[in-house]
Amino acid sequence: MSTTEAPVSAAGGRSADAPGVPLVGRGNKEGNRLFREWFKELTTAPERGEKSAYVFVMGSMAELLRVFDFHTIFPEVNGLQTAVRHVADDYIAQAEDYGYSTDVCGYVKADVGLQLRGGVHPMGTIPPPALSVYTNACNTYIKWAEIWERLYHVPIFTLDIPGTRRAGGQTWHGSVDFANDLRYVQGQIEELIGVCEAVSGKRFDIDKLRGIMANANRMSRAWKKVIELNKAVPAVYNAVTDGTVYLGMVNGFRGREEGARYFEDVVEELEYKATKGIGTPFEEKYRLVFAGVPCYPIFRRFGEMFSEWGGTFVGSTYLWFASGGSNMGFEYDLDRPLESLAEGTLVTVRDAMDSMFYSNTVLADMIEPFRIDGVVYHPIKSCRTVSTGLADSRRAIMEQTEAATLFIESDHMDKRAVSEAQLKNRIDAFFEGLASRRQRRALGPDQQGTEG
Amino acid sequence: MRLRATGRRGGEMDVNLRVLDPYQELSLKEAFAFCRDLVEDPDFPTVRRWRQAGGKVVGHFQVYFPEEIVHAAEALPFKVRGAPVEARQGESHFGSGLCSILKTSLEFILSDRLRLDMFVSHPICDSARNLAAVWGRNADYPCEILYLPQNANSLHASAYLRGEYARVAREVESVTGQEISDDALRRSLGVFNENRRLLRELYAIKRETPWLLAVDEAYVLVAVGGMIPREEHNELLSWFLPQIRSREATPQDRMRLVLEGGFCEQPPLDLLNTIAKFSYVVDDDLLIGLRWITSDVPVGDDPLADLAEAYLERSSYSPVQHDLRKPKEKMLMERIRKAGAGAAIISAAKMCEPGLDEVVAYVKALEEENIPYFVSEFEERMTNFDNMQMQLETFIENLVFA
Repeated sequence: MSTTEAPVSAAGGRSADAPGVPLVGRGNKEGNRLFREWFKELTTAPERGEKSAYVFVMGSMAELLRVFDFHTIFPEVNGLQTAVRHVADDYIAQAEDYGYSTDVCGYVKADVGLQLRGGVHPMGTIPPPALSVYTNACNTYIKWAEIWERLYHVPIFTLDIPGTRRAGGQTWHGSVDFANDLRYVQGQIEELIGVCEAVSGKRFDIDKLRGIMANANRMSRAWKKVIELNKAVPAVYNAVTDGTVYLGMVNGFRGREEGARYFEDVVEELEYKATKGIGTPFEEKYRLVFAGVPCYPIFRRFGEMFSEWGGTFVGSTYLWFASGGSNMGFEYDLDRPLESLAEGTLVTVRDAMDSMFYSNTVLADMIEPFRIDGVVYHPIKSCRTVSTGLADSRRAIMEQTEAATLFIESDHMDKRAVSEAQLKNRIDAFFEGLASRRQRRALGPDQQGTEG
Repeated sequence: MRLRATGRRGGEMDVNLRVLDPYQELSLKEAFAFCRDLVEDPDFPTVRRWRQAGGKVVGHFQVYFPEEIVHAAEALPFKVRGAPVEARQGESHFGSGLCSILKTSLEFILSDRLRLDMFVSHPICDSARNLAAVWGRNADYPCEILYLPQNANSLHASAYLRGEYARVAREVESVTGQEISDDALRRSLGVFNENRRLLRELYAIKRETPWLLAVDEAYVLVAVGGMIPREEHNELLSWFLPQIRSREATPQDRMRLVLEGGFCEQPPLDLLNTIAKFSYVVDDDLLIGLRWITSDVPVGDDPLADLAEAYLERSSYSPVQHDLRKPKEKMLMERIRKAGAGAAIISAAKMCEPGLDEVVAYVKALEEENIPYFVSEFEERMTNFDNMQMQLETFIENLVFA
């Protein structure tokens, strides 16, 4: 069913406050509107004397930065917007002229191009940073921040988050190792507060932090629910296409009242769709899960290559790691905000890293509850954090489960690494295989033994 | 000096075990060739010999690993640094766009050429962090990440690292069946302090009398340390150093260079040899992890704390450690100045994100300082050096005859 055919509002829901607004499709529409407003806010921030912090999606520390009224700017989001709007090539070329290799991450190069042209971006003007705060969830974050340090001579702060040491080896309260990690993270957060005070000229306000954390709690609770709601058949959203809109909101509006309310509204919309059996605009024949980062230079076409065959992405590791582990639904204890912020940052960023490094475990756990027919691996040349382990993870999934798998490579930024025809061939063959597998299963157990 | 005697889970070891064949009767030239063969041997005969004698082996990926902890458990720390081999099986476990060292390192495990009892990787880059997980899915022994602190400027980093080292020590104890006492750690620190002193002496020869020691020769002497017991490495270096100093060689009018870019994946020895033909490499970052700690580690009441403090406070630099006190380009300039070099070769392994990122900063800084430089990329498996030789020759001729 298309969004234009959607019913209007749901009784008792928030949409009742805005009569006439179609409930189905509201999340995407509202997300796009808020996103445009967000870019406007960023563009006009310097005029109001407001400062910005450059941050990343895995461990943005938005809760803390908002206490000091920093705008949070996500260079990853800026980068993907240039790719979706088909102008990334210009930015990348400018960075390569400056000296960056063709083998360096496309996000980094798009951002270098952006900085070199004074922040000019298709969505507005990106202000320069007053500081940068980043975790080690992706090592390239660190190298990236070093570039800003050299360009702008602003403070940069590495919030070092120890990850899971080995498969299945997460530690929790009661473990001496967890206590060591937590002390380290909390100590750094206290140091970060000092940096923020110095840069912003504002005193730390713990009650303001509590309020922001309360909003983040509402968002996390709703985001977890959004992910779980796609167990519905048919799926109530596409985790790659609609999911990217949600991810923009999860990051850009974390800790804000609008962000919390947005996701509560999305839950309302998706629950309604699940109740009524309303799926995505395409007929759902195959339920897929996506591992990697989408192909933004041909984003719409990339989605169509799957939806044309009735393939719907019901889940994605991207929704986990690119939401900084918010998928866990971790809720802060507002009675001990700093301790809880440290714990939440540690376990969620760690979870985001696990979604990449140990993706076979998390994907295998999805197969049954989400009724997955196939897993699509899309490693990208730019991002070694996400992509390095995917081929081996796929081998593990093939041994662990009966799900079909597809392994396709391209890039999320650089069109030179995207071969649309090759992708289509591989994707078509994958669906033909899925169709054939389904036919054989329908014929009975004797035929199943002949599956390749 | 040799402490390995008892206590291994596999039984007792011969205290007189030597994993190296006798080399003391060889000429200096033959001894260098012996070391080179050993470093290039993809079957790691020294590791095999150690294992056959009942010893345990802990493999650690580039760049830095606190080998003293493994040594104190009477096991062999082995530096996993890839090799110029074809990764027939390794390739299929990775996608494209990745550096070679990942694939060749895993190849050793998949082809059963190298048997470890534990593997440790580090958060040096996005690929290396994935490696522990990939390795763990393909090996039947513990594979994990040692989370060296990436916020070296935090006042909490040292205490955290001490705790992290204690965790690794417990894992090593579990694998080896050997308790790691503070006294054993202190003894190990002593062995490694001696090793660091000898390596500093080796590099002093390169700086002060580079005509006595070519870059490829120095390289094999350092690299062999990552595959033999450190006591034996100390013996080897003690045998070599006086002979190198008394070598008959005449200084030539060659450009003094610093070579940067060998912190993780290693350039092929033939490439180093090519560079040595035209220049004196007076300092470099090759296998910097084995030379990471730049002075003696003080041996006090808490050896793990001493080791942690040394990682942060008495250490070199590399593109994979972020420390606001050590901007990489500033550190490179210091290296060039201290070595009295007149130019630099800035190199990066293919597909190495941190290395390639750093090239830009290095080049800008060199231009500002008006220091000539030569930029190149390499891969451990490259076999044709003609092009590079010609370019390098031209670069050096330009400098000499300018």
